[in-house]
Amino acid sequence: MSTRLANGGRLLDRGRKVDFTFNGKRLRGYAGDTIASALLANDQMLVGRSFKYHRPRGVVASGAEEPNGLVGMGTGADFEPNQRVTTTELFDGLTCTSQNHWPSLDFDVGAINTKLARFLFAGFYYKMFIHPRPFWKHVYEPIIRKSAGLGKAPDQRDTDTYEHFYAFCDVLVIGGGIAGLQAARSAAATGAKVMLIEQTAHWGGRAPVDGGTVGGQPVDKFVDDLVAELSAMDNVTMRNRTMGAGVYDHGYALGYERVGDHQPAAKGPRHRLWRIRAAQIVTATGAIERPLSFAGNDIPGVMLASAVRDYVVDYGVSIGDRTVVVTNNDDAYRTAITLKKNGLDVPAILDARVPTQDSPLMAEAKSLGIRVLMGHGISSVQGVKRVTGVGVCSQAGEGAVLEEIACDVVAMSGGWSPVVHLWSHCGGKLIWDETTAAFRPDVDKAPTGAKGEAFVTPAGAANGALSLGDVLSDATTAGASAAKAAGHSGGDVTAPEAEQIDEAPMAQVWMMPHGAGIKKRQKAWLDYQNDVKVSDIQLAAQEGYESVEHAKRYTTLGMATDQGKLSNINGLAILSDALGQPIPQTGTTTFRPPYTPISMASITGEARDERFMPIRQTPMYQWHVDNGAFFEPVGQWRRPYTYQKPGESIEQSVSREVKATRASLGMLDASTLGKLVVTGKDAGKFLDMLYTNMMSTLKPGHCRYGLMCGENGFLIDDGVVARIDDNTFLCHTTTGGAESIHGHMEEWLQTEWWDWEVYVANLTEQYAQIAVVGPQARATLEKLTGDDISGDALPFMAWKDITLAGIQARAYRISFSGELSYEIAVKASEGRALWDALLAAGQTANITPYGTEALHIMRAEKGFIMMGDETDGTVIPQDLGLHWAISKKKEDYIGKRAQARSHVTDPRRWQLVGLETVDGGVLPDGAYATAEGKNANGQRETQGRVTSTYHSPTLERGIAMGLVLNGPDRMGEVLEFPRLDGTIMRAKIVDPVFFDKDGEKQNV
Amino acid sequence: MLILTCPCCGVTGEETEFHGGGEAHLKRFGPGSTDEAFHDYLFSKVNPKGVHLERWRHNNGCGKWFHAARDTVTLEIYGTYPAQTTEPPQSVKDAITAKRPGWSWREFA
Amino acid sequence: MKRYSAFAVAREALRNNTGWERAWASPEPRKKYDVIIVGAGGHGLATAYYLGKNFGITNVAVLEKGWLGGGNTGRNTTIIRSNYLQDASAAIYEKARSLYEGLSQDLNYNIMFSPRGVMMLAQTQGEVRGFERTAHANMLQGVKTEFIGPERVKQLVPIININGPRYPVLGAIWQARAGTARHDAVAWGYARACSDMGMHIIQKCEVTGIEQSGGKVTGVNTTRGSIGCDKLGVVVAGHSGHVADMAGFRLPIESVSLQALVSEPIKPCMDVVVMANTVHGYMSQSDKGEMVIGGGTDGYNNYTQRGAFHHIEETVRALVETFPMVARLKMLRQWGGIVDVTGDRSPILSKTPVENMFVNCGWGTGGFKAIPGSGWGFAELMAKGHSPLTEAFGLNRFYEGRFIDESVAAGVAH
Repeated sequence: MSTRLANGGRLLDRGRKVDFTFNGKRLRGYAGDTIASALLANDQMLVGRSFKYHRPRGVVASGAEEPNGLVGMGTGADFEPNQRVTTTELFDGLTCTSQNHWPSLDFDVGAINTKLARFLFAGFYYKMFIHPRPFWKHVYEPIIRKSAGLGKAPDQRDTDTYEHFYAFCDVLVIGGGIAGLQAARSAAATGAKVMLIEQTAHWGGRAPVDGGTVGGQPVDKFVDDLVAELSAMDNVTMRNRTMGAGVYDHGYALGYERVGDHQPAAKGPRHRLWRIRAAQIVTATGAIERPLSFAGNDIPGVMLASAVRDYVVDYGVSIGDRTVVVTNNDDAYRTAITLKKNGLDVPAILDARVPTQDSPLMAEAKSLGIRVLMGHGISSVQGVKRVTGVGVCSQAGEGAVLEEIACDVVAMSGGWSPVVHLWSHCGGKLIWDETTAAFRPDVDKAPTGAKGEAFVTPAGAANGALSLGDVLSDATTAGASAAKAAGHSGGDVTAPEAEQIDEAPMAQVWMMPHGAGIKKRQKAWLDYQNDVKVSDIQLAAQEGYESVEHAKRYTTLGMATDQGKLSNINGLAILSDALGQPIPQTGTTTFRPPYTPISMASITGEARDERFMPIRQTPMYQWHVDNGAFFEPVGQWRRPYTYQKPGESIEQSVSREVKATRASLGMLDASTLGKLVVTGKDAGKFLDMLYTNMMSTLKPGHCRYGLMCGENGFLIDDGVVARIDDNTFLCHTTTGGAESIHGHMEEWLQTEWWDWEVYVANLTEQYAQIAVVGPQARATLEKLTGDDISGDALPFMAWKDITLAGIQARAYRISFSGELSYEIAVKASEGRALWDALLAAGQTANITPYGTEALHIMRAEKGFIMMGDETDGTVIPQDLGLHWAISKKKEDYIGKRAQARSHVTDPRRWQLVGLETVDGGVLPDGAYATAEGKNANGQRETQGRVTSTYHSPTLERGIAMGLVLNGPDRMGEVLEFPRLDGTIMRAKIVDPVFFDKDGEKQNV
Repeated sequence: MLILTCPCCGVTGEETEFHGGGEAHLKRFGPGSTDEAFHDYLFSKVNPKGVHLERWRHNNGCGKWFHAARDTVTLEIYGTYPAQTTEPPQSVKDAITAKRPGWSWREFA
Repeated sequence: MKRYSAFAVAREALRNNTGWERAWASPEPRKKYDVIIVGAGGHGLATAYYLGKNFGITNVAVLEKGWLGGGNTGRNTTIIRSNYLQDASAAIYEKARSLYEGLSQDLNYNIMFSPRGVMMLAQTQGEVRGFERTAHANMLQGVKTEFIGPERVKQLVPIININGPRYPVLGAIWQARAGTARHDAVAWGYARACSDMGMHIIQKCEVTGIEQSGGKVTGVNTTRGSIGCDKLGVVVAGHSGHVADMAGFRLPIESVSLQALVSEPIKPCMDVVVMANTVHGYMSQSDKGEMVIGGGTDGYNNYTQRGAFHHIEETVRALVETFPMVARLKMLRQWGGIVDVTGDRSPILSKTPVENMFVNCGWGTGGFKAIPGSGWGFAELMAKGHSPLTEAFGLNRFYEGRFIDESVAAGVAH
């Protein structure tokens, strides 16, 4: 059984007991524990079930590479699935539950799959469930989907907070092990601004566990001194619990700080996402130990040798009483020695190598009385939910059992792989190192930055340096050269002397025993979480899935939540062997961010709910909120759709607004309309190019409606242009168009006609604008002004500066409703005051604020087009009968050439008409007019479509506009519009102006 | 996430301050041009693997349009320069040549 | 070819799977083929398959510079739908969708087409009108869709927040027979079927030049030598401009990066695909349990298969806003692909200025869903010189100004 030792545990605070629950069971650990160490201290080896076969799974590792130990943590709004037990710090009151089993962890019905495992081989689902066809949808897939996933889905809203920080530095060092610390020191000595981040709560990485001396003192003392030294430096920022999640182009890196995970009761954010800009990045991300592939290597109790050592040294936890160590390298001997020194039994070290002489570690193990069997390996592991023993065999053979050794732990080591993820994220290349049997960074092919310079430097174990001395000297160089590349030199830190233990070379052992037969290969796991075995990779190769990407995708190797940190190298070695090619020729799959999964909420940061996207507000916004506005989002704005009164439906409210405006007086907050000032001696010439009509001939004091097309000839915007003076125009754009049209103008001015003297300013937010509309508009304004605004003084399509309610205002006499109408612009700061003054002055005229829907209806009654309704990016002005707005005199305007292309001049283009339903009802939005027959693809032929359709409160009937084939020539014809329910609506082609055809109302 | 330097205001900023505007040095064809010339002007993009000359706007900054010489494979920025020119300045061409001898982009090399 | 079936699986399992053959052969190239397809992605392989199946043309080679299915076929978010607005788009996507329904049986390879339904949310009045228009168009195009209200949205997707403070859900266009499929399997299934017809799929064979004589294509130069052909189909997505360049013409194409991401796998919580265009995000749950999430494209030419992180941020923000429970999930992996985007965002299936050379590209962000229809139509175009499915997608439309613009359904309002 696994248990807490009486002594030891360098990360523990044995004075602080911590209570937690696992699957409802109350357990106790210490401050400093991870969930994994606390569970193991309580003899809870079984932590979950695998994805496919529901095999019992125990903890394998002690860090970010753990594939099995995933739990659901918390309850209710705090629940989070798939929390990795090896990287989650224990806190008081923590609750967690194991995953992927039913009804319980110990007895899981799904484990029947393990009996069927031989039928559920790699890619089996591509080969079956094919017939009968409906069964996939109705039978097979629902079953497969039910078995999908690991953790439960959260079902409540997250109540924690998250935030983003920005950081800028010369050198970002990722990894706070001895390599990272030393690299940071070396870089910082140059004066460079250094940021050092470490994913765990502790500095020093695994060096203190592995031991040794630096500069004559124990390595943990060296680490403490170095941390103290760096902490005291002003140019060094250190953050622990902060993982380097990803490296992106041009020196952008993501740090993922788990601020509150270990202290959920504390105030502040749960996670913090650091967006770091670094001139140079040092990846001191260490190395990960590889499992060995032998039969039964997934049985709980089989663990990485380094992890077994970590649990003893860091957490004072013994994984079991009798540990068999199996290895192809010297490092695992450290585990055996550590266990033995802690009074635990190590019945044997099975070393697959056959060395000519003992290395110092071998000698030390032997001197402690440990039996070392050279040239041996594991034939198979015995046990179901826990290891009970191993069969020993010769590594060279086929696995004949020479001896059985009872044990409850197997500590395995297949060698170490540098963590090259962050090096690779942004394009760093790898080379295969034959001596360590691992891919390491090819420093000549580093990721390159904005200037083409290499901007990532690997350091220490992440660069393939494995011994203490090598790590420190490599890191010293890496830190200095990164600082130098960032423009800082000097410093002159030398690597400290470290005790160097000579290790015997490792041997490449990809299958144990070498000649293992199919039965063993079917039980030798590569990917524990996704249940991928050696035999699966070999099957993929046999079937022609030869690319490493094919094999990965066919078998799902490395696609689990650990992203193959343990399985990738072993898998591609098996694949290479099956294909008879060297490993580097097989290559690796692509490393993608993040290094380990990061919370979606941290990516979102503060941008949630009201802050999801900023809402632009006009000066009158609060009035709208206070007065029952039903809003619709329009671009970044929210505009009142209508102002509902108590008891009114939306339709009734809109109808009231239209009627009141037409009968007497309405007002609209038109502040969102774009207001672009175009000025300069060539402004008129410029606007002549921008609009289809002639703007240069407009007289100061007057207004003109203009159309704007893109270079493709299609309409992009419209609005009223007012000439302010000889050199200055004010161009109104649509609400959505203000920014884009401003950009459009700037693009033409700066990239095409840069010798023209024109300046553009976007004053949309500087002015509030209120439309005062209806027969009582002038009389009401006259109450507030002494200026002459009579029909002669301020005629239709003119503007005038006036004082209104004591406010400096500009009144444009323009109309989008057909009514007598003024748009009044004032400084934004005075918008609300004017709004209130107008409301008061208009009271006797029943002044009625109206929203966007009433605006739409009134313009439709008048046959005015609306961008986005009558236009959709494929409509030209000519389609809309707007020939009058296209200057014949101009040689050129943007879009003119495009409008000469054959499809654009095609007489069969659909053209704007009014549509009057035969029964007076309202045509559905977006309905099409059908024509006879079907096209070559069997689709019904059409001859037109509805572009705008409303119930007109004024005419008390449905009115619509539409684009119809030869429409203007077909007045009076009746078209058929099928509705979605299959019924057909009939409408007559009419003139699009439904109301006040002679335009008398606006000319009062 | 790219870093670009606006040649107009001199600010070096994150990609999020800028907006890409497609190919640079477009020669406009207006009324009277052939269908072929007009089509090529609007649609025939170089879309190179490698050196590319393109428009950007410093839209969350000074608002100016400018040109960048950028590599679409390595994302290296060889240089940025004001948009008010019909060809890249010699210094930018030299900077590209230093890294990509023999490069060409439309009529420039 | 040994047929795949439950029986075969059981039989081979008992023989320790020693009897399975290669899914596709790995032959040496011949001197000449009737047809060469460049690009062994979904579209290229489907083209080859329908050349054989519908026109009996089997002396075909499919050349691939990397590994088959390794481009956007293996990088997309696997959504299959056909609720397009324009007739030409609806025709080819609906053809594809209907072929997907029977593709597992047709190929004898389970591509796991899952008709779970695709929902596109309307979150502005403009989108409501746009989708109502699409629904009307679909009815006449023979594409079964419906416009549904917010309550039905909530009923189909319980984890959605329809009352978000910024963009409440106003409705959705719902295509019940749309869904997803296993992307790799589509490429593998076609490859296996092509190989079974005697076609050659030649991987790690990069085309370096186009051979022509008298304005006609005669073959290609490759890293494995010169190979002759009577007809050439170029189906290389983001690399189309590059290959066209070899033949001496330009395409109205730009290559940009499109990113996607997946969460860690969780138990099933969403049975349909949801797309939210206003906020730029879409999400579905894979058969493995991961939430598969995609967003918009990066805004500049890019061949790196990476993208900038702020686009991931935007997408995740949108998803958390739409599905609050996503906040508590973790991002497992993010990646990018190069998509080829045309002047009107619709694909090109066309003859080219070089006789007997054809291009199929420009699928932008929507290629996977079209694979069978694209292959069907493009094979017909290559075999017969014309196809009703591809008619509208010719290169000439850019000369004529005859755009097939799908973005219009989500028009700008006001």
